[in-house]
Amino acid sequence: MFRFILRRTLQAVVTFVALTAILFAWLRSLPGGPLDALLGENASPQDRAKLVESLGLDAPLWTQYLRYLGRFWTGDLGVSTGVWRGAPVTEVLLTRAPATIELALCALVVGAVLGVAAGYWAATRRGVFDVAFLGFSVLGLAVPVFFTGFVLKYVFAVRAGWLPPSGRADLSGSIPTPTGLTLLDSLLAGSGAAFVESLRYLTLPTIALTIIPFAVIFRLTRASVAETLQQDFVRTANSKGLRNPTVAGRHVLRNSLLPVITVIGLQAGGLFAGAVLTETVFNYRGLGQSMALAFSTRDYAVLQALIMIAAVLYLVINIVVDIAYALCDPRVRTP
Amino acid sequence: MKFKKTGVIAVAGVMLLTSCSSESGTPAKGTGDGSGSKVLVFGAAGAPSLFDPFYTSDGESARVNNQMFEGLLSLKPGTADPAPGLAVSWEQSKDGKQWTFQLREGVSFHDGTAFDAAAVCANFERWYRQPKIARTSAVSHTWVNDFGGFEGDKTPSLYAGCEAQDKSKVVLRLTNPSSKFPTILAHGTYAMSSPAAMEKYNANGVEAKGEGFAFPEYGRLHPTGTGPFAFVSYDDSTGTVKLARNDKYWGEAPKITGVEFRTIPDETARRQELEAGTIHAYDLPAPRDWQSLKDQGFQVVTRPPFNVMYLGLNATTVPELKDLRVRQAIAWAINKQQIVDTLLPEGSETVTQFVPRSVEGYDTAVEGYPYNPDKARALLAEAGVPNLKIQLWYPTEVTRPYMPEPKRFFDLIKADLEAVGIQIEPVAKPWAGGYLSGREAGEAPVYLLGTTGHYNSAQNFLGILFGATDNAFDTGLLGFGQELVDDLKEADSEPDPQKRVGMYLEINRKMSEDWLPSIPIASSPSALVLHGSVRGIVTSPVGGEPLATATFGE
Amino acid sequence: MTTAPAVPRRRTATARPGAQTLRRLLRQPAFLIGSVITFVFVLVAIAAPVLAPHDPAAPLLLDQVRAQSNPVPLPQEGFPLGGDPAGRDLLSRLVAGAQQTLVVGVMATLGGFVGGIALGLVAGVFAGKVDMLVMRAVDVMLAIPSLLMAFSIAALFAHPSEWTLILTIAIVQVPVFARLMRGSMLVQRDTDHVLAARALGVKPGAIVFRHMVPNALGPVIVQATLSLAVSILDAAALSFLGLGNPDDGRPEWGQMLGGAQQYFNSFPHLAIYPALCIIVVALGFTLMGESLRETLDPRTRR
Repeated sequence: MFRFILRRTLQAVVTFVALTAILFAWLRSLPGGPLDALLGENASPQDRAKLVESLGLDAPLWTQYLRYLGRFWTGDLGVSTGVWRGAPVTEVLLTRAPATIELALCALVVGAVLGVAAGYWAATRRGVFDVAFLGFSVLGLAVPVFFTGFVLKYVFAVRAGWLPPSGRADLSGSIPTPTGLTLLDSLLAGSGAAFVESLRYLTLPTIALTIIPFAVIFRLTRASVAETLQQDFVRTANSKGLRNPTVAGRHVLRNSLLPVITVIGLQAGGLFAGAVLTETVFNYRGLGQSMALAFSTRDYAVLQALIMIAAVLYLVINIVVDIAYALCDPRVRTP
Repeated sequence: MKFKKTGVIAVAGVMLLTSCSSESGTPAKGTGDGSGSKVLVFGAAGAPSLFDPFYTSDGESARVNNQMFEGLLSLKPGTADPAPGLAVSWEQSKDGKQWTFQLREGVSFHDGTAFDAAAVCANFERWYRQPKIARTSAVSHTWVNDFGGFEGDKTPSLYAGCEAQDKSKVVLRLTNPSSKFPTILAHGTYAMSSPAAMEKYNANGVEAKGEGFAFPEYGRLHPTGTGPFAFVSYDDSTGTVKLARNDKYWGEAPKITGVEFRTIPDETARRQELEAGTIHAYDLPAPRDWQSLKDQGFQVVTRPPFNVMYLGLNATTVPELKDLRVRQAIAWAINKQQIVDTLLPEGSETVTQFVPRSVEGYDTAVEGYPYNPDKARALLAEAGVPNLKIQLWYPTEVTRPYMPEPKRFFDLIKADLEAVGIQIEPVAKPWAGGYLSGREAGEAPVYLLGTTGHYNSAQNFLGILFGATDNAFDTGLLGFGQELVDDLKEADSEPDPQKRVGMYLEINRKMSEDWLPSIPIASSPSALVLHGSVRGIVTSPVGGEPLATATFGE
Repeated sequence: MTTAPAVPRRRTATARPGAQTLRRLLRQPAFLIGSVITFVFVLVAIAAPVLAPHDPAAPLLLDQVRAQSNPVPLPQEGFPLGGDPAGRDLLSRLVAGAQQTLVVGVMATLGGFVGGIALGLVAGVFAGKVDMLVMRAVDVMLAIPSLLMAFSIAALFAHPSEWTLILTIAIVQVPVFARLMRGSMLVQRDTDHVLAARALGVKPGAIVFRHMVPNALGPVIVQATLSLAVSILDAAALSFLGLGNPDDGRPEWGQMLGGAQQYFNSFPHLAIYPALCIIVVALGFTLMGESLRETLDPRTRR
C-alpha cells in the first residue's frame, strides 16, 4: 500500500514538473505578452528592445526557465504585470485565494447538501418531485453559467434591489479579518451584521456556481440510491420490519454515498473553471477573476501560478481518490 | 491594510488557516459604505497600478493619484491648459532654456514635512537619476516621452538641472527650449512627492523579475503628496482604494470626508452598481447608455474630445503604400462621417490631422479627405494598383475610449475599402496578444488605433507618434520621414509660442496634403456619470478629474 | 466544464441497438423531446440560407444606428426582431446562427471524438509502457480544468477564427474521450467473446477492430451526444471571455450571446434570444444523450 501511494505521488510530481516546463515554454511562445501590456499603444520598437534587454528576456528560453525554477524554489513566483502590477505573485494569490475558497466551498456545500437531499428524496418518493428536480438538473446543465449569473444579477440585484449586484463584502473597516473568509471572520468576531453582509454578497455567485455541481450530485445520488433500494439487503431489511428511517439511514444512504463522495471531490476541480466565469460576472475578486484578467493583460507570471494551482489541486484530489479506491478495492488496476 | 495577510490552505477538504493581519495606517476618518455618509464612492474600470505618479501613465492610476498629489502647475478646470499649482507664478528666460518658479508657501506634505524649493529639486533629481532598470518606457513612461534620457545616458535629456535659489524660488534648466514647457508640469506624472517619505520607503527601488517589475513600498503603500486627500489603504481583495480628507490642505479643504475607488472592470456591472446606489459615480459609460442613464436621473457629463482615432499605415510589408496616391486613395475611400455618426457619441467629429480640433496647431483650413470613392478609384488606377490586396488589422479583447468595439470600426472601413476595389484580408489579433507588438514590428500594413493626449500641445500628439523615423509607422520608408522629425524638433524647441503654433499649423497642413503617413479619422468625447446628488465635479479633457470640489446636494 | 467520466464501468452494455432497444428508447419522453429538438435544430441549420429573411451579414439597418441615441434598431416591418448593433437583421442572424452553432458543435465534438478514440485505442490495445505514457499525457491534460485549458489554447492562436475555436474545444474534449475509450477497451479485453476469439487464434488486429472496437464504442458515442451540448456551451463561454471567433459575419449563438453582454442593461433581448436558443439545443442534446446512456447501460435500467 505504501509503495502504491509513493508511486502515485512520484508520478504526480513528475507530471507537475513536466507541466511547469510545458506551460513556461507555451506561454512564452504566444504572440504578444506582458511587454505589450506594459508598453501600451504608443511604444516604439526601440522602447521594446530596451525593455527586453533590461529584463534579460533576450536570453535563451531554457536559461529563463532555469531562472524561473530557481526563483520558484525559493518561493518566489515572480511579479504580476497586469492583475496587480508590481506586486509579487504570491501576494496576489494570497489576497485573492480566500475569496475563491469561500465561494467554492459555499457552492460545493450547498450543491452537495441540496444535491444529496434532493437526490435521496427523488429516488425514494418518485412522482412530481422527481420529475421536477430531474428537469431542473438537466436544465441547469444546459444554461451557460455566465448567463445564469447575468439573469440572477438583473432580477435580484438590479430590478428587485434585494442583494448587491457585485463585489465582496468589505469588512476591513469594521472587524478584524484574519482569515479573509468573510463568513468565518464575521463568526470569529461574533458580528451578526457582518455575517449577514457577507452572506448578501455571497448569495448570488454561490447560486450561479452551484447549479452544475448540484445537478451532477443530485443525479448521481438519485441513481445510486435507486440502485441500492433494489438490492437484496434493503429488501431484507424492509421485510424484517425495520422502520423506514433506520433502513434509510443505516443501509441505503451509507451504501449509496461512496460514488457520490468521489464525484463531489472531482467537482472541486471543475468549480475553479466555473469560478472564472462566475467571478467575472459578479466582479468577485477571487482567483477566477484574476485568471480572466491575467489573460487579457497577458500576465504570464500570475497565469502560470494559477494554472499550476489548479493542476496541483487536481493531482492531489486524484491521488486521494485513487488511494481511496485502492483501499476499498484492491483489484483496482493502476497504470 | 491587507498586504501582510497570509492564508495558507491545505487541500482535500482540510483547511488550515494561519494569519497575521496588521491593521496599520491611519484610521479611516470618513470611510463608510458610501450611501448617506460623506465619502464619495467612485467606480473605476481598472485597478490603479501604483500610487507613485512618476511610474504610472495609465488613466486609472492617474485618477487616484491626482487626488493625493499636486504638481508645480495644475490644469485650469475643464481645460488642458496650465494654471498655478504648487507654483504660484513662473517665467521663462530669453533663450527659453531656464524656467523660474515662485512656490506657494505654507504647503506641507501628508507626512508633515514642508514643501519647498529643495523638495522640488529633490523630486527632479530623483526622476533624472533613475536606476538603470527603471529607465525604460515601460516604467518611466512619461519621462522617457517628454524628457528623453536620464543621467549619464547616451540619449540626451531635456532636463539639465535644478537649483533652489531660496526656500520658495526654484530654477529649472533645460538643454533646449521646449514647447512642452511649462504645460507638462501640470501632468500628473510630475507631481511632487515628499522627499523624506521617498527616502524612507525606497521610492526608486524598482527591481526586474521575470517579465515584470517589482515596485518598492513607497508607491504601493506610502504615497505622500500635498493634495487634498491622503492615502489610507488599498485592499486588493476588495479592489478598493480609500483616501481621507487632508485636513491640513493649503487650499480650500474638501467638503467630503474621503474618496473611495472601487474597481469594477465590467461596464455593465458599473452601471448596475450605480443603479443599486452602491457607488456615486463611474467613468466611461458606453455612449449607448448615456440617454437611458439620463432618463433614470443620473448626470452624464461629457469631456471635450481629446483623442484621435486613426487608420495606421505601414509600408514595410506592402511597398505599394510608399506611393502617396495609394495612401490618398485609402483616405478618400473611407466614409469618416459615417463612422462618427454610427459608432461614436454626439459631440464626436471627424479630424483631418493627428491632433484634436481643440489643440493649438490644428489647422481648420485643411480640408483633408472627405468621403469620395470615385477619387479613390481614380487614384488607385493612376498608381497602377487597381486590384490592391491588403491586410486590415483590428484588435480583439479590448475597447478603447476612442474606439469602442473595434470590430465595428473594422466592418465599416472594410466595406468602404472593398467598395473602391481594394481586397481586404482581415487580421484579428488580441490587443496584448500580438496586435500591439505586430504593429510595432511593422507587420500590420493597415490597422486601427488611436492616441489620447495629456496636455494641450500639438507636440503631445505628433511627437509621440512621429518623433522618430523608425517609429511604428516606419515613416523612414516614405521619403519625408526625416523632414517630419526635423520639423517637429524645430517646432518643439521654438521658444516663442506664437511662432510655434504657426509651425505646427504648417506641419499639420503638410502632413495632410503632401505626406499623409496615416489617416486621422475622428475625435470623440468621453463621459463621466454621476449620481443625481453629486455636485461640483468639473470634467477635464484629459480625465482624472479632481474630486476635492465635490459635494452632495439634495 | 465537462466532468471526467468516472472509473470505467465494469458491466458496460454489450449494446446491440436492436428493435428492442429502440422501442425502449421511444417509450421515454425525455428521448422523444430531445430528438424532436435536435431534429428541428438540424433542420433549421441546414435550411438556414432559405429560412433567413435577409443576409445575416448585411448591415441593412446601419443608417438607423446612432451610437448614442439609437444604438440598436427596433423591430420594424421586415425585421420582426429588429437589428443588432451593427444594423444586421437579428432574426436572420439567429437562423443563420443555428447553422454555425451546429458546425462548431459537430466539428469540435468530432475532433475530440477522433482524437480521443485514437489515443484511447492506442492505450487500450498496447498495455504497459505505451498505455502509461498515453495516460500520463491524458492526465496532464485533465490536470488543467477544461475551460482553463480552452482559454490557454484559444490564446495560443495568433489569428483567432472559427477554426481555432473549433480546434480549442476539440482538444479539450480529447482526454475525456480517450479515458472513456481506454476504459471501454480494457473491459472488452476481458469479455468472453474476445477471450474466445483469442483462443480461436484470430489475428490481434482483427480482434481489436472486429470484436473490441465496435463494442467499446457504445459509451463513447453516448458521450459524444453529451459533448455536443458541452461544445456549444464552451463556445459561448469562450466568446463571453473574448476568446471566441472575432469574425461575426457568420454568426454563432455563443458569439452572439458573448457579444451582447455589454448591452444587457438596455437591450437584454440581444442576449436573451441566443441564450434561449443555446439552452433549448443543449437541452435537446443532453436529454437525448442521457436517455441513450440509460437505455444502453443496463445498470441504470429499472
